[in-house]
Amino acid sequence: MGVDGISVLFVLLTAFLMPLCIAASWRSIENRVPEYMIAFLVLETLVIGVFCALDIVLFYVFFEFGLVPMFLIIGIWGGARRVYAAFKFFLYTLLGSVLMLAAILAMIGVAGTSSIPELMAYKFDPNLQTWLWLAFFASFAVKMPMWPVHTWLPDAHVEAPTAGSVILAGILLKMGGYGFMRFSLPMFPNASEMFTPLVFALSVIAVVYTSLVAFRQTDIKKLIAYSSVAHMGFVTMGIFSGNAAGEQGALFQMISHGVISGALFLCVGVVYDRMHTREIAFYGGLVNRMPWYAAVFMLFTMGNVGLPGTSGFVGEILTMTGVYQASTWTAIVAATGVILSAVYALTLYRRVIFGELANPKLAAIEDLDWREWVIFLPLIVSTLYLGVQPNSVFNVTAASVDQLVSVYRAAVGG
Amino acid sequence: MPAAETLVSIILFGPLIGAVVAGLFGRKIGNVPSQAVTTGFLFLSAILSWVVFLQWMGGAIEPFVVTYAPFITVGDFQSHWAFRFDALSAVMLVVVTSVSSLVHLYSWGYMAEDPHKPRFFAYLSLFTFAMLALISAADFMQLFFGWEGVGLASYLLIGFWYKKPTANAAAIKAFVVNRVGDFGFALGIMTVFWAFGTIQFAEIFPAVAANADRAWEFAGHSWRLMDLACALLFVGAMGKSAQFFLHTWLPDAMEGPTPVSALIHAATMVTAGVYMVCLLSPMFEYAPVAKHIVTVVGAVTALFAATVGLTQNDIKRVIAYSTCSQLGYMFFAAGVGAYQAAMFHLFTHAFFKALLFLGAGSVIHGMAHEQDMRRYGALMPYMKWTFAVMTVGTIAITGLGIPFIDLGFAGFYSKDAIIHAAWEAAQAGDSFGYFAFVIGILVAGLTAFYSWRVAFFTFNGHARWTPEDLEHHWHNRDHHDAAHGAHSDHASAAQHETHDEPLAEPADHGHHGHGHGHHDHKPHESPWSMRIPLIVLAVGAIGAGFAFHHQFIGDEKAEFWRGAIYNAPAHHAPAEAVAAGPAHDAAPAAAHAPEAVGAPSHAAQAAAGPAPEHAEEGADTTRRPGSSWPRCWPRCLAC
Repeated sequence: MGVDGISVLFVLLTAFLMPLCIAASWRSIENRVPEYMIAFLVLETLVIGVFCALDIVLFYVFFEFGLVPMFLIIGIWGGARRVYAAFKFFLYTLLGSVLMLAAILAMIGVAGTSSIPELMAYKFDPNLQTWLWLAFFASFAVKMPMWPVHTWLPDAHVEAPTAGSVILAGILLKMGGYGFMRFSLPMFPNASEMFTPLVFALSVIAVVYTSLVAFRQTDIKKLIAYSSVAHMGFVTMGIFSGNAAGEQGALFQMISHGVISGALFLCVGVVYDRMHTREIAFYGGLVNRMPWYAAVFMLFTMGNVGLPGTSGFVGEILTMTGVYQASTWTAIVAATGVILSAVYALTLYRRVIFGELANPKLAAIEDLDWREWVIFLPLIVSTLYLGVQPNSVFNVTAASVDQLVSVYRAAVGG
Repeated sequence: MPAAETLVSIILFGPLIGAVVAGLFGRKIGNVPSQAVTTGFLFLSAILSWVVFLQWMGGAIEPFVVTYAPFITVGDFQSHWAFRFDALSAVMLVVVTSVSSLVHLYSWGYMAEDPHKPRFFAYLSLFTFAMLALISAADFMQLFFGWEGVGLASYLLIGFWYKKPTANAAAIKAFVVNRVGDFGFALGIMTVFWAFGTIQFAEIFPAVAANADRAWEFAGHSWRLMDLACALLFVGAMGKSAQFFLHTWLPDAMEGPTPVSALIHAATMVTAGVYMVCLLSPMFEYAPVAKHIVTVVGAVTALFAATVGLTQNDIKRVIAYSTCSQLGYMFFAAGVGAYQAAMFHLFTHAFFKALLFLGAGSVIHGMAHEQDMRRYGALMPYMKWTFAVMTVGTIAITGLGIPFIDLGFAGFYSKDAIIHAAWEAAQAGDSFGYFAFVIGILVAGLTAFYSWRVAFFTFNGHARWTPEDLEHHWHNRDHHDAAHGAHSDHASAAQHETHDEPLAEPADHGHHGHGHGHHDHKPHESPWSMRIPLIVLAVGAIGAGFAFHHQFIGDEKAEFWRGAIYNAPAHHAPAEAVAAGPAHDAAPAAAHAPEAVGAPSHAAQAAAGPAPEHAEEGADTTRRPGSSWPRCWPRCLAC
């Protein structure tokens, strides 16, 4: 077990979001509370294990076992179609992981070690790299998720309880990006370079296509889930840009997305707890009854849109800058995603928050209570703080990322 | 007196403090304290800005940069939170803080009945902070921060009356269209970063000359680096400054409260694009193709928006299109290399356009939030102050002045300088300059036409409103809260048509008032809180050109700009280049000698001069029966 500049942030993010999730479940989870808490804490252990593992087998074990508590959280405490969603989630991720397991066994066989630092130093044959890269890609791409294997995510999000969605979007998705940075790039640099166009293509499709899909959603959570996929598109293209700006941007985008999308799911949870529906059409005019909620939601919507001053901006601009060097076309198409994100996010906000309070059922809806403030305040502070002082992250990651980039550059001869 | 570094920091952060206090604690501390704290900070900023500006003019301070903290530091991608002070930011400081403080004050009266005053004032102050961050940026990231920050404030303020669906739609439209511009802007920043390895202005500008001709791969083609970068950056300017193709959000933005239109959509935010082009003059000077694009887009917008402005009936929309058109002037001035003239027009335009908007707001306020000019008429006796200042604003925008003794209203100096610059460019063989010159002359006439149309339609002629109309409006307002802002033209016209039918003597109302129980429903003059800003702006509209033209475009411009604007010597007419002395600060825009000014200003005046008659004729031709006009029209014609 150990941490470096890349993984320590994810450990921090996990430890930061977990207590908030548990606080968020205070009212919404009413049955089997002890089991629920067990599932969450086990999940936390496993996730931190993933980020700290220095042995590839250990990594795999944590990575796989992480599925189990999440499967239970969705399957037991989820919504109406929870069993379908839980199985879809489980099968998709498992399928990818099986290929990764095969690749891990092959790597141990070839290199004769399972230690991650030693594997990083080992130079795999470029031909073998291709296959190993693809196997790892299968697993991480599902986890990210990248288009076109993203379809499990909206279902899982919609059915999961609020806290489950937060963990899913905030932390579990990051395991994919972390995997790319930890394994694919340093261990298989030649294959990474070879497949970069593929990753770029899938990333920009994710950015543009899922943004358009998000625009058409009628369920708040589903909309945010699709927007997550779009934001993860920025992460993957940043990672494979192979320069410092792109890598740092991707890392930052993951942290920032963990905070912002987590907060957005919590925002949905606030109204879901009160009204027990997530239909956009049900709402409208909430600002009349819930001005503070509207303000908080606005802040995170703007973070999602990538407004400078919030953490969402820094990741987007840096990943695009990084990608620009590798492929201007990718940067151009990805930049349209910035327009699209404004379209769907502001439209959602308008339909839920603005206008007259049309639905009589909303007439008595209450604004945020103190428990919800306690949950939101740290998220608000970190969104804004990371937005104006992103250097606090870059200072931590700089050394590790620089090393990653220089090793990668040296390997591909760039 | 503390050092200028301290002063600019107070100027910058004062509005932010005000915004935070009013935004977070507005409901605790109440309306008046929220208004007082935001307005107070703004006036403090405005006074300090003038202090700094005058010190600058007096040569007491040199350009400097205050660095507050690092922002993004990744490899060469080094950005800092900073305050860059030079002539450009000094000019913008006084423009932004002056107009903003006056708009704050004005809003005390205008928003008096609104239930969400602290929120409104918090947004206004937040906007001001973002705008100040924009103008004081020392690198592209802070520029972008301010750029999108003002976009956010604009979004929030257009959608301020959140119950109104049209306002919400307009807010989203404004944000998204600006994002389309930012798409180009962001790509431009990336191009600059990878080409120069830095995003600091101070490091980029000296390296431009050496890199301008580099070939640059972008989107599968090879481009000349500086043309590509400037063209991409200009897309951002087009979005923010509502230039042709990306202008569509600006008229819709009139859904917001009128003080917002005056501050954001006339005087400050929309000029950010012009400011950016002037700020980046060391880059644009090496991008001839991009400059031609700027010239053409500016000229086309000037003409197009002016023609659309001719036919609008909503008073705010006319002024919005007028803003678009004037921004076109500024852009083609920059496009032909006359950045000083562009900045000067930006400066004078801020005064008279804010004046026109706030004057229009005063009319709207007095007319129970009716915005359709077809429902106005004969308002002069009711609002003498508003009439007076609106007339001043109209004269200023038409650019009235006496050519040979060089005396006139604000618009006279700046618009003449622009047309002159285009003419000079044309003389130097720039066919785009010739194009801009012709359009500039033509649009000067159109400007006079639509501006006087507003003035005569509103204050003169016969009353096309009745006390019952106003009563009806007040009634609606009670029910719809403040959300009643804008009618769409046709709906309101049609709605009132039936109302007009039984009314006998519409014209008489205008003169005798209504002493029969309708006291509250007469048009009324606005309170002093609104009148004072109007008077101050009117003084600016009269005197800003006269007072500052020596510095901006005249003999003293080299000392005034002190390197903030770069004009490449190659772009001068040969004679000018010799006379201009050190290449660094010479501008083709200059109106050095009265003779030089004479010809084009003559032409401009010839176009602008007969405007009043034109306006009357125009109004006549539009009074056609069978259109959607109110039926009292034939009667008006009869008497």
